[in-house]
This record gives sequence, C-alpha cells and structure tokens, in this order.
Amino acid sequence: MNILDFNKLSLRDINKTLQGSDKNSFFSIRNPKGSHALAVGINKQITVKVVGSVGYYFAGMNKLSDIKVEGSAGPGLGENMMSGNIHVTGDVSQYAGASGHGGSILVEGNASSRCGISMKGVDIIVKGNVGHMSAFMAQKGNLVIFGNAGHALGDSIYEANIYVAGEVASLGADCIEKKMTKKHLSNLENILSNANVSDYNPDTFRRFGSARSLYNFNVDNAKIY
Amino acid sequence: MCGIVGLYAKKKNISANLGLHLSKMLESMSDRGPDSAGLAIFGKPIAKRAKIMVQSQSPEDDFQKLKKFLSTKKEISFSFETHSTHAVIKLDVKQKDKVINLINDTFPNLRILSVGKKMEIYKEVGRPAEVVKRFDIAKMKGSHGIGHTRMATESEVTTLGAHPFSTGEDQCLVHNGSLSNHNSLRRELMRKEMTFETENDSEVAASFITYRMNSGKTLKEALESALVELDGFYTFVVGTENGFGVLRDPIACKPAVLAETPDYVAFGSEYRALTSLPKIEKAKVWEPEPATVYFWGH
Repeated sequence: MNILDFNKLSLRDINKTLQGSDKNSFFSIRNPKGSHALAVGINKQITVKVVGSVGYYFAGMNKLSDIKVEGSAGPGLGENMMSGNIHVTGDVSQYAGASGHGGSILVEGNASSRCGISMKGVDIIVKGNVGHMSAFMAQKGNLVIFGNAGHALGDSIYEANIYVAGEVASLGADCIEKKMTKKHLSNLENILSNANVSDYNPDTFRRFGSARSLYNFNVDNAKIY
Repeated sequence: MCGIVGLYAKKKNISANLGLHLSKMLESMSDRGPDSAGLAIFGKPIAKRAKIMVQSQSPEDDFQKLKKFLSTKKEISFSFETHSTHAVIKLDVKQKDKVINLINDTFPNLRILSVGKKMEIYKEVGRPAEVVKRFDIAKMKGSHGIGHTRMATESEVTTLGAHPFSTGEDQCLVHNGSLSNHNSLRRELMRKEMTFETENDSEVAASFITYRMNSGKTLKEALESALVELDGFYTFVVGTENGFGVLRDPIACKPAVLAETPDYVAFGSEYRALTSLPKIEKAKVWEPEPATVYFWGH
C-alpha cells in the first residue's frame, strides 16, 4: 500500500501519481481537507482509499478504478464517470454522478440536489435521501434511493430507472410511477448485489421512469410558443 | 463565485479566538473570491456605548481631522481607534445620531460602514490574506462573526462594494450569488426612504431585510419574505446582534456547508473553509436545505 499525504504532497503530485500508477496498485490518501479535483482522470484498475472529506469534482471521469472515501464529498462527485466504482461513506453534495456513462456510485449518507443529472448509464445508489431535481434528463442507468427524494424527481427523463424506498416529494415533468415487474426487481437486486449492498427489503421499492410523452413535439402545444 | 464563512461561538475557547478562526477560514476561501474581502465581528458591548465604523481612502489625513473636529465638540466624549483604512468611534449611545449627522455633513470623503453596539465591519479590496492582516483580525475576540471573499460580477471592485453590507444597526449580510431584480427592488426601497451607497445587488438584499425588520418582522420572517421577493441566486448569511442566519434560494446552486460541535456552529461555502476549526473531524457536518431559514442565536 502506498500512502499519499496532503501534508507532504501537492494535489498535482498526488493526481500524477495516481494517474501514472501500475495496474492493481493500492493507494491510501490522507488529509485531503476538502481538496478539489482529487483522483480525477484515472483510467486503469487501481484501488484508492481516501481518509477524510474531499471537495469539488472528486474522481471525475473515473474509468476502471475502485475508489472509496471515508468521509463526505463536495459537488460534482464522479462527474462523467465511465466505469469502476466510487463508494462514499458520508454525504455527497450537488450533482453527484452527473452525466455518468457507466460504473457504480454508492453513497452511504445523503446526496444533495441534482443527483444523477443527465446520467447516461451509471448506477447510483444512495442509502439516505436525495435532493430536488435528481435524475433530471436522465438517459440511461439506474438511480436507487433508500431514503426520500426531493421535488421534481426525474424531470424530463428520457430513459433510466429510478427506484425509491422512501417518500417522493414530487415528480418532475414526464416522470411517472411504473409497475415493478420481475425483470425490474431482478435488475434492482443485481445493482445492489454488485455494490455489495444486502441489508434491504426489495418489496419497499417503487419504480419511476419516463412517460415518454416529451419524446415528440405535440402540435397541441404549438400555441404556447 | 464568492466565498462565505461564519462562526458562532458556544464556548469561551472559541470566542477568545474568534478572529483567528475567522481569518483562517477566510483565507481558505481566497480562490473563490480574490478581489476583496471583509468581516463583521460581534464583540462585547459596553453599557450605554455605541460603535460607529468609518472608512476613508486617505485615512491618515481624514481620521486626524475627524478626531480633531470631534474633540472641539465638548459635549461629546468618545474614543477613537484606527485600524488601517477603518476607524472605530466609541461613544455614548445618546450621541450616536448626532455624530453620524456631523460626520455625514462635514466629511463627505468618509463612509460610515456600520453602527451598532457590538458589530465592527472591516472590508477592503485585495486578497483575503492581505485584508485580514491589514486589520489584524486574528487578534479580535467576539461571540460570532461572518466573512466574505468577493469575486465581483454585479458591480465594480471597490471597498464599498466588498461585503459585509450593513444597512441597520448590528445587522449585516454577506451574499454568494447574483440577484436579477435588484434595480427595481432598490427603487422600491428608496421610495420607502432606505438609502444606498452602491449599485451592488447584495446591498439591496441587506436593505430589504433591514426594511422588513424595521417594520416589525423577525429575522426569520424577513428571510422568508426574501424567498418571495428576491429573484436570482443566493446563499445569504445574515449577522445580527445575537447570532447568524442562513438562507439559500430554492434552486440552491450556490454551495453551503454547516458544521456543529458542542463548541461552535460554523458556516462555509465549502468544506475547505472548515478544516482549520478544532475537532472538525468530529463535527456534525451537513448541507443546509434550499429555501429553509436557519438561525443560531445567543
């Protein structure tokens, strides 16, 4: 295990080390003190553990690597992630997992507003609550919420599945509740088992998705413009 | 962008080092707002005494003249402390209005930054580290304080355009964001005899809250009416005689983090602002909800 300590190294040095490391390396990062853009742009299979809270844009563009934060993360966690796993033991701020193409994000605490905005295939699991406008314009992937969802959940959603065990404050435009079919239940179980989450009751989850009524322009709306 | 910090002491170990903590917090927010910085510190009140903070672009000359002028008025007993471009005049609360009028009438180059029993405002153009050093903020004590690092978007970079803005006694506001209806709101408030020093949008927000509180509303009610009347993006921290309040607009794009321990409540635009605080790793840290008023008071 390699220890990278912010008390001794600069952010640039730490990111360079992570990005230039060999496959299957393991790093432990200490004293991040809310630093921005830590562990961004990693594109190989390495394991990173961060002890402490991180700031903006943590693990952005992640590809293949397994990253864990023992603490909380600021806005833009795992933005445009391609694959791999990000696990945060605390809370995450706004737009976690924004436009993520693949991989999995597990948040043990709460996520703030716009979680999974424009997601394109990533799986996001939030053990706590999510804020307003989560899964806004979501295109593909799964957002699993154990707690409550804020207002306008799934606004203007194209595709993607949203699973919620708690209360939903309100649904956004074109987002509707859908039947939890066997196929979707097994999808939910797969996502959670891949993320090593086992302490849940699948029957408590409801499924939400797109009504697909915004896919095409409706001529009856022409007079609005 | 802009950075905001706030610290509310629950215990003496924090209040005794309030200036030091706030200085470190403010400096950590330099890259969010490198063009100017400011703080409001709420210190111990002295019975029946008031504080007037004045600011000058040529302090050596102006403050000497002001001191001399006030000394000629036999009926006014006052003390005069200078801190770089700022001076604190402490005087009998009954003579406060008279002295304010005298300063405004006789010294057009001087600006009154704040009036109150507890609050002192220090703000200047320059990097936050330079600003806190200039006023020796680290040595100040107090029950609570708020600060701001500015990246100007809505109006020019001047001392008076820096935050905090004070529009009422022992009241001030710092703002991260931008308001879109501040011109119409300013005109409306001017018709109600509120006065303005700048073209700045945040000053309008401060004035709006002061106006509401002067009309008998509580801080909570005033902030709730801000949710209805103010259009734009904002995270506000409002300082009053007793504590500070926090409000974010319903969209809540502008970041905010709160932390609480048995010793203090702290506010930061981001977690980095809080990392220098004692026992922060054991604090309860959370993000304030949109469109929700928070307040901590003594």
